[in-house]
Order: sequence, then structure tokens, then C-alpha cells
Amino acid sequence: MVQAVNDGLRTIMKEDESVLVMGEDVGPKGGVFLATENLTKEFGKERCFDTPLSEDGIIGVGVGLAMNGMKPVCEIQFQDFIYPAFDQIVSEAAKMRYRSGGQYTVPMTIRTPYGGGIRGGLYHSQSGEAYFAHTAGLKVVIPSTPYDAKGLLISSIMDPDPVMFFEPKALYRAGREEVPEGMYTVDLSKVREVTQGGDAVVFCYGAMVPVCTEAARRIKESRNKDIRVIDLRTLMPLDEEAVLQAARDCGRVVMVHEAPRFCGYGSEISALIAENAIEYMEAPIKRVTGFDTPFPNTLENYYLPDARRVFDAIEEVLDF
Amino acid sequence: MSDTLQIIDESGKKVGKAPRLKRETLLRMYRAIVSTRSFDDRCMKLQRTGRIGFSIPNKGVEATSVGAAAALDAAQDWIAPHYRDFAMMFYLGIDVNGMFDNMFGNADDNAVGRQMPVHFSFRDPVNWLSISSPLGTQIPQAVGVAMAMKQRGEKGIALTTFGDGSTSTLGFHSGLNFAGVFGSPVVFLCQNNQWAISCPSEEQTASESYAIKGEAYGIPGIKVDGNDVLAVYRVVSEAVKRARAGEGPTLIEAVTFRMGGHSTSDDPSRYVEQSEFDAWEKRDPLFRFETWLKSEGHLDDEKIAAIRAETDAEMMAAAKAAEAKPRPKLGTIFSDVWEQMPPHLDAQMNACISHFAERDEAVDEKGEFPL
Ligand SMILES: Cc1ncc(C[n+]2csc(CCOP(=O)(O)OP(=O)(O)O)c2C)c(N)n1
Ligand SMILES: [Mg+2]
Repeated sequence: MVQAVNDGLRTIMKEDESVLVMGEDVGPKGGVFLATENLTKEFGKERCFDTPLSEDGIIGVGVGLAMNGMKPVCEIQFQDFIYPAFDQIVSEAAKMRYRSGGQYTVPMTIRTPYGGGIRGGLYHSQSGEAYFAHTAGLKVVIPSTPYDAKGLLISSIMDPDPVMFFEPKALYRAGREEVPEGMYTVDLSKVREVTQGGDAVVFCYGAMVPVCTEAARRIKESRNKDIRVIDLRTLMPLDEEAVLQAARDCGRVVMVHEAPRFCGYGSEISALIAENAIEYMEAPIKRVTGFDTPFPNTLENYYLPDARRVFDAIEEVLDF
Repeated sequence: MSDTLQIIDESGKKVGKAPRLKRETLLRMYRAIVSTRSFDDRCMKLQRTGRIGFSIPNKGVEATSVGAAAALDAAQDWIAPHYRDFAMMFYLGIDVNGMFDNMFGNADDNAVGRQMPVHFSFRDPVNWLSISSPLGTQIPQAVGVAMAMKQRGEKGIALTTFGDGSTSTLGFHSGLNFAGVFGSPVVFLCQNNQWAISCPSEEQTASESYAIKGEAYGIPGIKVDGNDVLAVYRVVSEAVKRARAGEGPTLIEAVTFRMGGHSTSDDPSRYVEQSEFDAWEKRDPLFRFETWLKSEGHLDDEKIAAIRAETDAEMMAAAKAAEAKPRPKLGTIFSDVWEQMPPHLDAQMNACISHFAERDEAVDEKGEFPL
């Protein structure tokens, strides 16, 4: 997936001169995950450059660039390090259009690797998407395939509002698939049906998509039930109609994310369905999530939802 | 480095007035540096063979760590540390077994396997504050620690260390500003090792030095040759003395070099010129100190070989012991979040424990830290 991100950046940088890439180590090193590899070489250090070590600076300066005609793509090296910039994101980028009555806008994209799977412990594994989905004015996008990574990234960069683009780092080296050359976009706010089925639906995103797909495969194998796996892709704005339709079709719902449960994104999905489609439910809505603790290191694989936990949850809703 | 205090030059010759230190102390400083090199070597091997995930090479910066450590009074002073300060830990007598427990994240690790390796936390034999990954956060915390000591009329001070890159964080600026305003007994030690991962110092600041940044906050700033252990000792000792005497904080910039990669997974040849490595190789802090100690009659080749063999053996044994220990128990994912575990978390813990109790197949090991 990381090559697709790189390709997406290169493609849009060629297309649109106002696109800039900035962050820590994104220049000659090409980023710690190599997402920005060779961009400085190809586009020069005016277009892709290293910044001082300040997330607050990266985003604050990004907001200024965006208000004045540029389309900055700011990288936060790990999502866990975004909090010094929380003020600039939540109080500034998210509210600029609103507080100026549309006079000033912030067409900025914040790219950041998130989630577990690399033995990164407490501070290189977090999934903080809920903080941002909770903030009016931001869009929150999370791809799970190389194709989507490129198409959603280009859409995010072209979007007139600030977009939080969370990259599941556990999938950076996974998911080899052909990605079309050149420009293409994937709509923000459209879910993707990963597998078809009508016996239960599993909503997920990011690194949980392959986990849920595997659980669905095992259910098919052991119980011959068809599970619909839906990759939400854009948490804000959410494709509500598609979520509700799938819930109504299947009547049994599991929501999976690796972020903690309490006030996690699954709560929103659950509430949406409870409010609008409760009469179709044949089992309580089930959540499989990270625990309500910080992220451990040695025991990370016990913390992260895996196919077995998802499998158990699907069985529970099937057997209710 | 004309404006930079130096006592032993690059060839190991004394060029300034050496502080008066007992032979025993000098040898303890020396041993701490050698221990750090042994620790580095061991960790590199462990990482290469996949037994630990990550370590931070300390080669090149040890004189800064040790010179500062020797200026402290471990019984009362606190340290809010940078992660690249292993030699400070060795000097202060922090247990190497405890360090390796953290490297392996085993059941005895003070961080209970929750943090990545090198995120040490100790209360004994010195208050070594739990290391955080988010950079710069320890800097204002050190000011608070120091303010508490001052308010209680204690004589302790806080030393906080951080890299050149970390001077760009919010924490650095708030920390210096608060310490200046409150006259707190803090020593700010910037380990300017020239690089913040792949970003060179000149991309970090347009100031002529890091030391000069103190001026804006009303704090004296001093630059010292960070590869000269005696010079660092002298400068930090003076800053500690001022802090203890109620004369306020000091910012020190120790000019040194990260002779290895940022971490065990980093390949610095991708962004550091070979000529820069070569230039700093000649300023190796260990070589310099060793040469001077020899010239003073404190060391000879035989003794050097013996110390190296001892520290290598010590690291090997400690690593082996730590590796043999079990992982933390499953319940440790859930403990220490709050003092009292709330009911919802208790329920999650019980569900997790019974989930894994029903399945004895091991959870797959996966994941590789890129940096
Ligand atoms: C707030 C924050 N941003 C980014 C990072 C990622 N990161 C880890 S170490 C590092 C460079 C630190 O450089 P410096 O402070 O000079 O310390 P050094 O590694 O050179 O000892 C970066 C960018 C982080 N840990 N915390
Ligand atoms: Mg540095």
C-alpha cells in the first residue's frame, strides 16, 4: 500500500502545482515508511520538504499555506505524535470555514500512519480516528487497499476541506495489487463491499478489513453462512444509507475496529442502526474492538482484534 | 568549536584546566562509556536476530551522558531523560538487568512490556522518569519536578536531557519559559548530535547555536564539546551548583555526534555523508578519554582489555537472563490504567482472559518496527 500512497502523491503533484508535501523526514529519506520516497528528487525541495520537529508547526503552517492557495499534504510521522497539533487541527483547520463564513478555507490533507501491528507499543500504534471524526469540519478517510489508498488520497488532496487521511501501517507492506497508473479518484463517502452475503454484516475499516474478511471466510467454511464485509473507507462523512441498507438486508451486525471501544467509532454505527433500523435487527449489535486501555507492546497481538475474535462475534450474532 | 568549552582535545591531550576528580570517579565514568558500547553491540545482535524489536545506538554521545551524570547527586536529583542517554544510566548504577528486562518487555520490566524497548523507567537508585516517545514532553515536566523541590525547600535539582530535534517541540519552549519565569532549579541539557533521524541540525533551527536559545527566555546558555567528558562534567556541575544555590536554570548545548543510525533499523548512509562520519570518527569520545586516562597513568592496555571483557560478559549475561523470563501476564494489559479498575474494564479483562484460556494455540508473532 505504501507504494500506492507514493504513487498517489506523485500523480497529484504532477497534476497540480499547488500540492506540497511537508513533514519530518519526508525529504531525502522519503519518510520512515518510504511513503514520500524520491518526491524531493523529482519535484525539488520547494514541493517536498523536511520541517523542524514540530507537529504544531507542520499543521499550523499547513493551515496558512492552505488558506493562501496551496494544497499542503502534511505528514505526521506516527498518528500518536499528532497531539501537539490537536489545537491547530481541531480549533483552526476544522473551524476556519465556519468562523469566517466561508471567507477562509483549509484544503489541507493530513496523512498519518496509524494502528498496531509493528511492535510499536504505547506510542507507535494508536488509533485516534474517533477524536477527529467527532470534530465537525474535518473529513476522516481510511483506506484498506492499495487501489483505494491512491484514489482516496487524490480525492482527499483535491477536497476543499481538511481531510485526516489515516494509513493503516500494518497494511503498508501487505496487499499487493495492481494500481492503475495516472490520475483516478475514489469518492469520499462511499463504502466498499468487500464480500457479498446476507446472513450478517461486518463493518470495518483500515487494517481490520483483511481480519474481518478472513473471519468471514472461516464462517463460510465452518457454517456455510455468507457474511457481508463492508469497508467503510470514509468515517466522516459517513455513507449512512449504505450502512443502514446493509443492516436491514442482513439483520445481524458486527462492528470491528482496533481503537478502544468506549466512544469509539463503533458506537456511532451502533447508534445509527439502533435509531433507524432497530426493527430489522435479529440480534444485538456486537462490537469487536481494542480494549479500553493504552496500547501494549509485548502483548500487542492479544490486544488487537484478530480473526478469531471476529469469528466468535459473528457466531454470536448468528446464533442469537 | 572556538566558542565551545573543551578540556581534552581530539587527540586526548589536555588543553584546559581539568576538574578535580578522584581516580575512582574517572574510572567509573570510563566504565560507563565502555558498558554503553557493550550494551549497544549486544542490542544490535539481538535486534538483527529478531529477539528484540528495536534499540537506540548510543555510540558517539556517551561523553555527554556521562559527564552530566557525574555532576549529579543521585540521592536527591531527578532526571527527565532523553532516550539516547544509556551511559548516564550506567554511571548512576541503574541495574543492567532491569534495562534488559525493558529491552525484552518481559514480566519484570518496570514498564510491564507496555512500551517499546529503551523506554526505561526507574525509581531506584535514582528518579529516572519514565521515558515517553512523544518528544519534548519531559522538558516542562522537569520544571515541575524542580518547582516541587524548591517549594519544599529541598536542595535537589532536575536535569532534563533532549536532542537537537526536540528543541523544536512545544515542550522545549514552554519548559524554558516557565523555568525562566519561576527561577526553577533545572538544568536543560541539549544533546546536539547533529541529526534528528534524517534531518540535519541546520534544518532544525536558524539560530547560530542551540545554547543561544536560552537568551530569549532569560536563561544562561552554554555550549560545550559534548565529546569531552571532562568539559561536560565541568559545565553541568556549574549549572547544578547554580540551580542548587537558588540561582535558577541553565541551558547547555553539548555538541556531539550520533555515530550510528537513529535506531537499529535505520540506515544512516542513506542521508549522512561518509565524510561526516569520518570527521567525527576522529573525535570519538571514548578514544579521547581513554588516551587521556592512559597519559595520566589511570589506565593501561591490559586494564582496558579487562574492562571490555567484563562489560561484554555482563551484557551477555543480563540479556540472557532477561530473555529467559516470561512475558507479562495477560491481565497486565488492563492493570495500571487507573488506580481502581472500572467495571467495564474488569469485564473486558475477564472476557479476554477466558477467550485465550479456551485456546492454547499461540498468537502469531508479527510486526517489524521500521525505524
Ligand atoms: C512529537 C514527536 N514527533 C515525532 C517523533 C518521531 N521521532 C522519534 S525520534 C525523532 C528525532 C529526534 O531527534 P533528536 O531530538 O535530535 O534526538 P536524537 O534521536 O537525535 O537523539 C523523531 C522525529 C516523536 N517521537 N515525537
Ligand atoms: Mg539529534
